[in-house]
Amino acid sequence: MAPLNSPFDDSLRPPLLSVALISAAAVGYQVLLLRLFSIIQWHHFAYMIISLALLGYGVSGTFLALAGEQVGRRFRDLFAFNAALFGAAVPGCFFLAQRIPLNPLELLWDPLQPLYLALLYLLLAVPFLFAANCIGLTLYRFRRLMGRTYGSDLLGAGTGALGMVGLLFWLAPVDALKALGAAGFAAAALSLLTGGGTRRWLAGPLFLAAGLLPFLLAGPFTELKPSPYKGLSQALQVSGARIVDERSGPLGLLTVVESPRVPFRHAPGLSFLNPSEPPEQLGVFTDGGGFTVINRYDPGGEAPRYLDFLTSALPYHLLRRPSVLVIGAGGGTDVLQAVFFQARRIDALEVNAQMAALIKEDYAAFSGRLYDRQDVRLHVAEARGFVGGGGVAYDLIQMALVDSFGAASAGLHALNESYLYTTEAMERYLARLNPGGLVSITRWLKLPPRDSLKLFATAVQALGRMGVAKPGRQLALIRGGKTTTLLIKNGAFSGPEIIAIKRFSRERAFDVVYFPGITPADPNRYHLLERPLFFESAISLLGPAGEDFIDRYKYDIRPVTDDRPYFFNFFKWPLFIELYALRGRGGFGLLEWGYLVLALILLQAIVFALVLIPLPLWAGRRAKKAERPPRPSMRVLIYFLSLGFAFLFVEMAFIQKFILFLASPVYAAAVVLCGFLVFAGLGSLFSGRLLSSANPSLYPVVGIAVVVVAYLFLLPSLFQWLTTLALAAKFALSLLLIAPLAFPMGMPFPLGLARLGEERPGLIPWAWAINGCASVLGAVIAALLAIEFGFTAVIVMAVGFYILACWTFPGSAADGI
Amino acid sequence: MQNRLAKSFPSIRARGRGRRLTGWLWCGFDSRCLLVLAGLSLAVGSPFTANAQEYYAKARQELVDTIASMAAETQRETGRKAFSEAVIKVMAEVPRHEFVPENVRDLAYRNRPLPIGYGQTISQPYIVALMTDLLDVQIGSKVLEVGTGSGYQAAILAELGAKVFTIEIIEPLGQLAKERLKRLGYGNVKTRVGDGYYGWKEHAPFDAIIVTAAASHVPPPLVRQLKPGGRMVAPVGERFLVQYLTMVEKSVDGGVTLRHILPVRFVPLTGGH
Repeated sequence: MAPLNSPFDDSLRPPLLSVALISAAAVGYQVLLLRLFSIIQWHHFAYMIISLALLGYGVSGTFLALAGEQVGRRFRDLFAFNAALFGAAVPGCFFLAQRIPLNPLELLWDPLQPLYLALLYLLLAVPFLFAANCIGLTLYRFRRLMGRTYGSDLLGAGTGALGMVGLLFWLAPVDALKALGAAGFAAAALSLLTGGGTRRWLAGPLFLAAGLLPFLLAGPFTELKPSPYKGLSQALQVSGARIVDERSGPLGLLTVVESPRVPFRHAPGLSFLNPSEPPEQLGVFTDGGGFTVINRYDPGGEAPRYLDFLTSALPYHLLRRPSVLVIGAGGGTDVLQAVFFQARRIDALEVNAQMAALIKEDYAAFSGRLYDRQDVRLHVAEARGFVGGGGVAYDLIQMALVDSFGAASAGLHALNESYLYTTEAMERYLARLNPGGLVSITRWLKLPPRDSLKLFATAVQALGRMGVAKPGRQLALIRGGKTTTLLIKNGAFSGPEIIAIKRFSRERAFDVVYFPGITPADPNRYHLLERPLFFESAISLLGPAGEDFIDRYKYDIRPVTDDRPYFFNFFKWPLFIELYALRGRGGFGLLEWGYLVLALILLQAIVFALVLIPLPLWAGRRAKKAERPPRPSMRVLIYFLSLGFAFLFVEMAFIQKFILFLASPVYAAAVVLCGFLVFAGLGSLFSGRLLSSANPSLYPVVGIAVVVVAYLFLLPSLFQWLTTLALAAKFALSLLLIAPLAFPMGMPFPLGLARLGEERPGLIPWAWAINGCASVLGAVIAALLAIEFGFTAVIVMAVGFYILACWTFPGSAADGI
Repeated sequence: MQNRLAKSFPSIRARGRGRRLTGWLWCGFDSRCLLVLAGLSLAVGSPFTANAQEYYAKARQELVDTIASMAAETQRETGRKAFSEAVIKVMAEVPRHEFVPENVRDLAYRNRPLPIGYGQTISQPYIVALMTDLLDVQIGSKVLEVGTGSGYQAAILAELGAKVFTIEIIEPLGQLAKERLKRLGYGNVKTRVGDGYYGWKEHAPFDAIIVTAAASHVPPPLVRQLKPGGRMVAPVGERFLVQYLTMVEKSVDGGVTLRHILPVRFVPLTGGH
């Protein structure tokens, strides 16, 4: 058995405050990276960022194995050195990473791009390595006070996750980055100050460095460099365009742009028969993408007639003076459209308060005081929560090109999860309609058809689930030059309504795709396709062989559910193989590339894991030439591999589950991370009490399984029931809900380590590395599995891994399998 | 319980004797350098030789042969059995490498889009051939281009004998293209920096219009500036990735038809059960 007594001089005290500060800054850095990457690149990198942290922690295990004896003699120096390096690396590595000419759009063309991605990955992991070193050093040096160190670490980390969200309310992301750098230097100074010793004088200069860092980091090198292919970058290239306003918050960076010389004229899919031009517009970008416009409107002046020449105007030709709910009001175009059609009552829903304030306050005069009108009510709320929360019924629920809602606000929206376009969402929308009311959803046109078909399939499924025998009677779909609009009616379409749909489309040169009773002569008249693909597909989806059609379709157009909310993912591997072969003929343009980024990140993580897992064994052999070198054990490998996978599977799945409840991926990530860190930490501290039993992992695994299964059934209805709570209450409740799950989840890992410490201590660094790598892989694999099979499946698999872990608990059978 | 946990850690002790922290850190940076080196070695060797023009001409011919052989495959989607001989001929003549920035010049004759700065791209040569072919330009045709970019498409049209009027909204890009076209001797291209939404009234109507600038809709004024019997082509999609082409045809009596054309032969449904 390993000795419990520390061999070191115990006059030193652990730098608990510094540990907490470093942990907070490291987790804060993780949350911040999600924001920064949404701004400079696209959100597809979220999973990479989650795995980055774990990679840093994994490498640090090897560092500790190698550092060995040095720790005792030079702890203070090493700690302060690593903390200061963390402080320097947080801003430094990010600004350097910005210099890497990574361009995901060229991923398919340029063989260097995967290398750039790997380089980015390594560079951004560096700060995590230093942070992990600090914590590992302290844990190791003050073994007898491990509980306190561990406690400071987890408390700090938990605070960091939520703290960063708070910080982003009043600091721009790039300033928050500098603040984190300062925190690293401050932690270094604090550790010297509180730890005693001869180098206390260094604390002064380090504090000074912390204070000055945010001011020294200035100049072009420290500015954010968004991809030149993002919407905002493109808009600013136009001569005369300039930024007139900026609002930064955790839900996104809003940038208001005016372009007087070349007006925006943003009118997606406007009919070429449109007689009048769009009015003057201000562009609003969320995180440099997610474009929406504010129209200049003078209530006494000329009506914005162009709004009648968009496919989204269709429902207004079927309803007279309806009461309307506009989902994703953005810059207010759809609200203005409702005003134009003299809607009786207009409820505008916007999730981002800063966006709403732009129209309500800053540009109120420009927008014709749109949100102060008698007939308009503004609600700052998330759509699913608002619609599910009950209240008045509407004649029309209008949702036009709403991507910015989640997609752009998004760190964690890798591959664009969206709860707006799911079967469950449509059921709720329909439930909020008056009899005869309409849900109208407008999407960009894609060729070959995919998202309009996915939406159609989802609507068919939703109506089917609501007990509608013939969903086809309640659906209509049209397409214009660049957009499609789907109508779902609460009831069957009438003859006059169908005539109105046909007339509306004909007068604007839009094509009808589907309405009840459509004949092959109706579609494909104005925007000609070689075959009437949209029409044929819609008919197939409604027919008895609809599921077979979905299977045979080369894009993934399966109906979207809350469990698998990937509306924007159409990727199938055979499709990729076929289009790759056709790349010379422009095949790549027919592919969404987000999924590929994820696949590439997984490949990268596998390579790193293959390198990192055996490393501690090798290091152990080097260090212990005289003694018995550690021999690998299959049992240990499986135990720690399973735990890594299981933990991350559950964590990723619950982040997703909480997005729906907390209305934002950033909030969900912060709260779930915080909850898991704190309560898993408590669980691991408690776990020592279980060690006396033969297989102590049995208790937590049973606990996890019970809670997980209960949550699978309970959470959806619980969330629905509590959807109208205030955000702060939702945060607190979320933490409470995570506690009983995270608490047992924190146990198996330290239990395994402790048992290993008793029986085969030489394998501990190896176990550490296995677990780290499994976590890195787990984050990415969880996403890929969720896209394919849904989150329930991911959670069930996680329970499977826990059971496997329980079965292979080290030492619970004959030693060493 | 803390002691229990503590048991796990002593074993880390006594490992890595004599290994310095800094040494370990540098490993991290070394691996980065290695990656960069590996990346560089993958890059294509530059034609440093004096015979650069010859090298480019050969590469260009190979590219054009490839593109020509692809045309037949997309017949059903594009309605073209093969690209017209004239298009293939000018593609073999216009030096694409002169239209791309220095740092990607070696890639000029790959059948791929390339970045040209200012967040803009030069299209994949196959797509250029396809769009040019669809425009059906004759000697003396008047062609309007909205979105000059590098000027390559304008040069192709000019080489076909068209009178080209091209508008760019990004000022420095427009200037660069203007100088480049002048230097390469494309006298029958008129350039302008400004808003392309209203076309170029002084020279309207046009036999053909090509809109490579991103737009949320087909600008109605451009449709009006199209001659009866004329054609307009606009690629739709992201930078680097063209999703489909929209072609507007104005019949002799002034009626307008729009067509969405996939650039590749692709049927979205697998054969059967």
